[in-house]
Amino acid sequence: MSVILEIDHVTKRFGGLIAVNEVSFLLEEGEILGLIGPNGAGKTTLFNCINGVYAPEEGRILFRGHDITGKPPYAVARMGIARAHQVVRPLNELSVLDNVTVGACYGRENLSLGEGRRVAEEVLEFVGLAEKRDVLAGKLNVAEKKRLEMARALAARPYLLLLDEVLAGLNPAEVASMLNVIRAIREQGITILMIEHLMHAVMNVSDRIVVLDYGKKIAEGSPKEVANDPKVIEAYLGDPELALSLLEEGK
Amino acid sequence: MRWLRDPSFWVSVLIVALAGAWPLVTGSASGREDMSLILMFVILASSLNIVLGYTGYVNFGHIVFFGLGGYIGFYLISQMGWHLIPAAIAGAIVTALFAAVLGAIILRLRGAYFALATIGVNEAVRALIVNWDALGGAVGMTMNFKRYQAYGGPMNALWVAYGLMIVVALLSVITSYGVRTSKFGLGLLAIREDEDAALVLGIAAPKAKTIAFVLSAIFPALAGALFFFKNGNIEPGDAFRLHMSVEGIVMIMLGGYGTVLGPIVGAATYERLRGYLLTSPIFKDLQLAFAGVLLLLIIIFVPSGLVGWLRNRFPKVRRVLA
Amino acid sequence: MDVLLPSLVDGLLIGFVYGLAAMGLTLIFGVMDVVNLSHGALIVLGMFGVYLLYTALGLPPYVGLFIMLIAGILLGMALYGIAIHPLLGGPHLSTLLSTFAVSMVIIGVGTALFTSTPRNIDFSLGAVQVGNIRLLGTRVVAAFVAIIMAVGLYVFMYRTHTGKSIRAVANNRDAAELVGIPSRRILALSFGLGTMLAMVSGGLIATLFPFNILSGGVYELKSFVICVLGGMGNPTGALLGGLILGLIEGFVPVFMPVGWTPVIEFTLFVIILLVRPSGLLGAR
Repeated sequence: MSVILEIDHVTKRFGGLIAVNEVSFLLEEGEILGLIGPNGAGKTTLFNCINGVYAPEEGRILFRGHDITGKPPYAVARMGIARAHQVVRPLNELSVLDNVTVGACYGRENLSLGEGRRVAEEVLEFVGLAEKRDVLAGKLNVAEKKRLEMARALAARPYLLLLDEVLAGLNPAEVASMLNVIRAIREQGITILMIEHLMHAVMNVSDRIVVLDYGKKIAEGSPKEVANDPKVIEAYLGDPELALSLLEEGK
Repeated sequence: MRWLRDPSFWVSVLIVALAGAWPLVTGSASGREDMSLILMFVILASSLNIVLGYTGYVNFGHIVFFGLGGYIGFYLISQMGWHLIPAAIAGAIVTALFAAVLGAIILRLRGAYFALATIGVNEAVRALIVNWDALGGAVGMTMNFKRYQAYGGPMNALWVAYGLMIVVALLSVITSYGVRTSKFGLGLLAIREDEDAALVLGIAAPKAKTIAFVLSAIFPALAGALFFFKNGNIEPGDAFRLHMSVEGIVMIMLGGYGTVLGPIVGAATYERLRGYLLTSPIFKDLQLAFAGVLLLLIIIFVPSGLVGWLRNRFPKVRRVLA
Repeated sequence: MDVLLPSLVDGLLIGFVYGLAAMGLTLIFGVMDVVNLSHGALIVLGMFGVYLLYTALGLPPYVGLFIMLIAGILLGMALYGIAIHPLLGGPHLSTLLSTFAVSMVIIGVGTALFTSTPRNIDFSLGAVQVGNIRLLGTRVVAAFVAIIMAVGLYVFMYRTHTGKSIRAVANNRDAAELVGIPSRRILALSFGLGTMLAMVSGGLIATLFPFNILSGGVYELKSFVICVLGGMGNPTGALLGGLILGLIEGFVPVFMPVGWTPVIEFTLFVIILLVRPSGLLGAR
């Protein structure tokens, strides 16, 4: 296995607030790495640094051996990092098919419009949105929009997929089917870095977990190790419900 | 060619070509003047639609391209003795360069801030030209009638300018269609819907927006050169009339924002309606107010415009009406 | 120096009136994110209101102003219901166009009724001499009225319950709704206040310069420049922006032909939009 993403002492500040503080970790090709931590721990900010929405003040981010620190988001996308947002961002007035075609055409493979359409149709089939292809994206329900967000990212044929709380707001049946989609994506050889609050899901699907708290990495390891780590439990004490589910996972 | 098999391409192109050819067939000078105005509006609206309808940037300064192309063309013809065609092309090239530089700078602004900046640019350029003595300052320039000899006399020159106006109108509509149905156009639509999401999806938005801005600048510049050549004189007030940018926006809204056919239908409808109101005894004095009420009703009740409404209401017509 | 100082003082006095006009525009933008393209037409409405009351009924302009103040709030609230409320939440384009449509209606009806002949209010308050500076009475009073209005607006926004509600809605409409502030009424009132400021400043301008039905465009553009100088959505900044614009207008003609003033104004406008979109006072 080789390293696909290297986060090397990355720091991102907003004025006096340090949102991400000297965070380092490695991501192996083909693995699913869960990124967890209480609200405000800096998870989404770290995603924004990785895909170029923010430029970190310090540290480096290496993707497949290339330094991508501070590159604009579109350049990062073209290199093969795709992202599904926590707050879904469908292109409302475009059809579902067009949304996914955008992902395909402007993704890693830089496809022509015709090829992009074909890839988009395949991906819609894969995530189970095929019959909605001609519907305007704004008209989908929440679960469908989440799938669309995922489909658009997948159509880019990325090496690395950043998933930001794609399970939030889904009912248990929808969560289960989305988890199947995530596993199937990994089967295709795509590496996944996912932020997730749904503890049992992330523990279940991840190979390894990194825990952030107040912008710092406080733990890293297998789901079991992390769930039994006293520092992690302490970090979650502010959120008893999460702490409880974390403890349950540890058993 | 995919385009040539697409009925919606032919619908848009043939409407413009046939309407444009009509005065050539009848030989009517007044028919030519009416149609010339409509074609000019088609050019202004179709090109503006690339930035406004496809990319989602409200440009109140679109007319600055018309004015610049007009001024450069007019100067080259009247002062330097150039022929109309190279003069118009030179005007379009300079205007395109101006748009490239301007776009790279002001397209960083979004929403209302961009719209305001375009107003500022139009007014700054207008005020600059007013103070530019070589271009005639506030009075402008007048064409020496002898210049028209090269085109077979003043009468014939009007027909030459008209023929070229048809060509430019067709080019602008074909460009609009080409952009709308291309991968580049899909990228623009994505920017219109959510620019930040588009960036994350891999669209190099700054470059795409600037290209769209430059494309939208070329056709009004050509139209400006033709219009003022035909007009025989040019002055800052006519060349940089902020009001005309807004009229262009009204035409686009009337016909259908973001569609190929919409600006064509909107331009024709608007010109006819205005012509009717101006000559009708009841509405003559109230034409502006009437147009305002109409615009308000459209925005509130038919926000997608005529063509957009048809496309939404009858999905089957989408194949024919792009 | 003999020319410069009087010219600057004059510019400063007029700057207060410009600033007042721009406050109306910036208030509406700040509260509901709407760029009001009927602003110029509303300024003209104020001009003609004061003018007609003076010529037809013989009412002194400053009484006319008071009537414009009330008429402005009512008209603005009505306009909000017709042209703004149905379109809030839509794309930016829709309110830009609807307010422009309102402007077309006002200017269209106005042109039909009054043609575009220039008018002026034949009214003088004499002049005061301070050192070697001669100040026209109407200008001093106009600046004074503008200052009173600006202070009044400030007190209203920061000291009254309704004013605080407006600021809350401006900050975050959804959150304001959640704590029970009726955002629709507040938005309507804000548009009313913005309209009132436009009409009152129009009335003041009418006592200073000749005008016609199409004059609004010029003052609307000035208001845009001022709003950007002061930061879009920042009423205090608008007053400062007005003073800066007034000073530029007093300053530039002393050194170069007066025709260059708009070139400088609009270039400055675009540059400030680009480098400090939040205005001279705002954070970067």
